Amino acid sequence: MMNTKSKSLYQEVILDHNKKPRNYGTLDKASHHAVGHNPLCGDHLDIALNLDGERIDSIAFHGESCAICKASASMMTAVVKGKTRTDAETLIQEFRDMAIGQLNLDSHHHLGRLTVFAGVRDLPTRVKCAILPWHTLQAALNSVTTTSTEAEEDPMHAAIGDA
Amino acid sequence: MKLVESVLEPQFASIFDIEHVRADFPILKLQVDGKPLVYLDNAASSQMPQPVIDRLVRYQTTQHANINRGVHYLSETATAEYEESRRKLQRFINAREDREVIFTSGTTDAINLVMHGYGRKFIGAGDEIILTTLEHHSNIVPWQMLAEEKGARIRVVPINDAGELLVDEYEKLFNERTKFVGVMHVSNALGTINPIKSMIAFAHARGVPVLIDGAQAVPHMRVDVQDLDCDFYTFSGHKLCGPTGIGVLYGKANLLERMQPFKGGGDMILSVTFEKTTYNTIPHKFEAGTPPIAAAIGLGAAVDYLLAIGMDAIAAQELELLNYATEQISRVPGVRIIGTAAIKTAVLSFEVKGVHPHDIGTLLNQEGVAVRTGHHCVQPVMLRLKVPATTRASFAFYNTMAEVDIFIAGLRTVQKIFT
Repeated sequence: MMNTKSKSLYQEVILDHNKKPRNYGTLDKASHHAVGHNPLCGDHLDIALNLDGERIDSIAFHGESCAICKASASMMTAVVKGKTRTDAETLIQEFRDMAIGQLNLDSHHHLGRLTVFAGVRDLPTRVKCAILPWHTLQAALNSVTTTSTEAEEDPMHAAIGDA
Repeated sequence: MKLVESVLEPQFASIFDIEHVRADFPILKLQVDGKPLVYLDNAASSQMPQPVIDRLVRYQTTQHANINRGVHYLSETATAEYEESRRKLQRFINAREDREVIFTSGTTDAINLVMHGYGRKFIGAGDEIILTTLEHHSNIVPWQMLAEEKGARIRVVPINDAGELLVDEYEKLFNERTKFVGVMHVSNALGTINPIKSMIAFAHARGVPVLIDGAQAVPHMRVDVQDLDCDFYTFSGHKLCGPTGIGVLYGKANLLERMQPFKGGGDMILSVTFEKTTYNTIPHKFEAGTPPIAAAIGLGAAVDYLLAIGMDAIAAQELELLNYATEQISRVPGVRIIGTAAIKTAVLSFEVKGVHPHDIGTLLNQEGVAVRTGHHCVQPVMLRLKVPATTRASFAFYNTMAEVDIFIAGLRTVQKIFT
């Protein structure tokens, strides 16, 4: 029997996205691109996207990662595709807040099904796994080509460089 | 499945009462999320038995003062206990003299001491240092720093797919520029027990000193530094049922005497003027400042505890655990053991097809099972064996077959979730 913590994290939807990740692969035409690393475990994620004006008209990812990270990336790409840069940035902020337990899930937010990752806040060592795709997306939108969860204490507010 | 043959003399192995032993470890009674703790991360750090905890408490409550200084009762007591602990460690590894036992903060500190004290004095431009693919980062990075500083070169002994050193290749690496060898006794990631005695003899025949990183060996087997004839041997207290912040550098007296100090400060001097400082004799030359006195004394108690059980009995129990765990995990489909050396300690690194080690680690934790996941501070090993990371179960003598069963059942649960 699994207990509530792992039940709340390793849900069907996460396992499904891990098994059949959406938007997995590369883009022929990409205006923005970044690679995210988690040096603690060696995981890395490559995210490419194409901005049509302010709108993300295509996005793809690939890399080596755990189920939490891969599912997070898969669901993220599915959600941000077609959205504006501003909408994506709002989601990045909300997802980060949720992962570290600072988002009131009862308040108004835009995360929708992404709240399946809320359980990660109870697993401090896994927060970075869930956040890495979002961190990398932010780097791509800011046209920073490489980033790392260890760039600074708070990965989402990091001064991003060649980590 | 090839199982490991016992490397013990059977007559030395005695059976101990496992439940009696487990009762000595208060932390093993812990529940994790309502599940009994199954602690299989002993290669990272072992747990502490009550007699060691009691010894630390007794020291702090009745014996503590700074050592080698005061003429008062407490200082004399603390000094005597600290030096008695040194003699316990001396006997534990069968060093010839107690002054050959230097207290350090751990294995990393001990290796850095040798790099600074020996390496910086005796290794120069164009010289070569032989290390192995299996080394922990702590026995790679200090030598890289030295090589960069001096213009020396690092040569690396390769391994086979089982995680065993290629001894022929090791021997081929020697030439007239070879000045130092650093080898781990037991691989932390794979459990491989390296044939260090013959490797040391080979190096000595060419006049090359050898450092053995014994961090993963001393908790699991009898180690005799005179029999091995190694020049340096390093290990950590916290993997040996002792406290963190304490470790040992064994060095042959004649080498330690020729080395330069690592850290400067109090205790390591005989006299200081602004014109000239005269260094103290060994071991004090290498113990600058106030050492972790309580931790050193605690480590002495840990060694007493282990010797009372018997290192051969410990090795025998752990071999049974390894064989049983290897057999059981081999029956789980999709599991591949990483590190299948013919002679190894109770370390089981593995990968599960289609499941990332971090997911395995998190899900096993929910079953109360503590394992290590990641690259285990041996990225060159991971690179060589073409695995990004592994899950590692590492056993101690206080683990049981029932715990192996819980671990295996947890693994099957993980697989079920991911299929």
